[in-house]
Amino acid sequence: MARYGSVLELIGNTPMVDVSALSPNDAARIWLKLEGKNPAGSVKDRVALALVDAAEDDGLLVPGKPDQVLIEPSSGNTGIALALVCRLRGYHLKVVLPDNVSPERRQLLGVYGAEVIDSPGAEGSNGAVRLARSLAVDHPAWVFLYQYANPANPAVHYATTGPEILADCPEVTHFVAGLGTSGTIIGVGTFLKERRPDVQVWAIEPPAGELVDGLRSLDDGYVPPVFSDANGEALLDRRVVVRPRESIEWTRRLAELGLFVGLSTGAAMAGAVRCAAGLPGGEDASIVVVSADDGWKYLSSDAWGGDLDDVVERASRTIYF
Amino acid sequence: MPVTVRIPTVLRPATDGQRTVAVEGSTVGDVLGKLAADHPGVREQVFSADGTLHRFLNVYVNDDDVRYTGGLDTAVAAGDEVTLLPAVAGGSA
Repeated sequence: MARYGSVLELIGNTPMVDVSALSPNDAARIWLKLEGKNPAGSVKDRVALALVDAAEDDGLLVPGKPDQVLIEPSSGNTGIALALVCRLRGYHLKVVLPDNVSPERRQLLGVYGAEVIDSPGAEGSNGAVRLARSLAVDHPAWVFLYQYANPANPAVHYATTGPEILADCPEVTHFVAGLGTSGTIIGVGTFLKERRPDVQVWAIEPPAGELVDGLRSLDDGYVPPVFSDANGEALLDRRVVVRPRESIEWTRRLAELGLFVGLSTGAAMAGAVRCAAGLPGGEDASIVVVSADDGWKYLSSDAWGGDLDDVVERASRTIYF
Repeated sequence: MPVTVRIPTVLRPATDGQRTVAVEGSTVGDVLGKLAADHPGVREQVFSADGTLHRFLNVYVNDDDVRYTGGLDTAVAAGDEVTLLPAVAGGSA
């Protein structure tokens, strides 16, 4: 058994497991990198620690100084991860959270002592971003790390997640991950393509639900600066939508292999399966897929046991991704 | 047989509230051009002034983003589904 001096030292170095039993193509192996094994339960632990470390290096945050406040919009995982880091570093965290996220997310923020500021669920993640930005302007003393635009977000994936993947799977041919802020895709994709220029990078996204896209006009849309600043369009090879029903079906199939993972992992897995199915016959491939988190925060969705139609309907009203 | 275009909420005022519209065409550019011609108000939401796709609009053929498969020249065939989705913040963020 390894011994660690702090929970924060448990972040990263996550394991990869072979899920090729679900591959539709005998020549394509699929590996799932289990980011749910991070201490606060998701890939966002890496990002949260990197954001806070960078802010301390820049003097935006001063360790030990009292009454320092951070504000961040999050649909869940970044907020939870930042809450862990802030608790250990002594900062007060306010998380702007759409009021229709799954209840487990709100509970977890409470576990680590973060304050929740609700944003209207009908405005989705866009609404949370908008409210956090406006609160940050109104309260200049609050530190706004802003994961969607902070270069520390892709940088930590370039420095840790990418090298871990290449070390554990040097034969990697394809990398598949959810898009979100695009930090994982940009950081890992850039790292892998520098070393293996033929690696294909696939971004997976859920469709914006009818009830949660929250736009009045297209001009209210949003492309994360992390994506546009890095010219993400040139980096990606494919970008595909996976719908809730397919995400839930693949989440269930992964459970048959003993993998209790979140619904966004089901979506990423569905994307990897599409990728494997579309490869030329007989061409060997090793597809690495990021599993962003485990299934705990999704139990209230009844994704594993409920009637599929009911689960899909609930997923359209709640932010589970 | 035409392709089916799925219209996002934000564009439905321009399509008389229709959620899907059937359009003939052999490329994505074709299909979107005809959609815009038939439904005033669509053009400025779908295209930028220079004729490229609006930066906050993603267009998918059978759930594959056309920006990575040939853009407006991406071929479509009868029975395909063209989905228009606004770019929003999200994912596991």
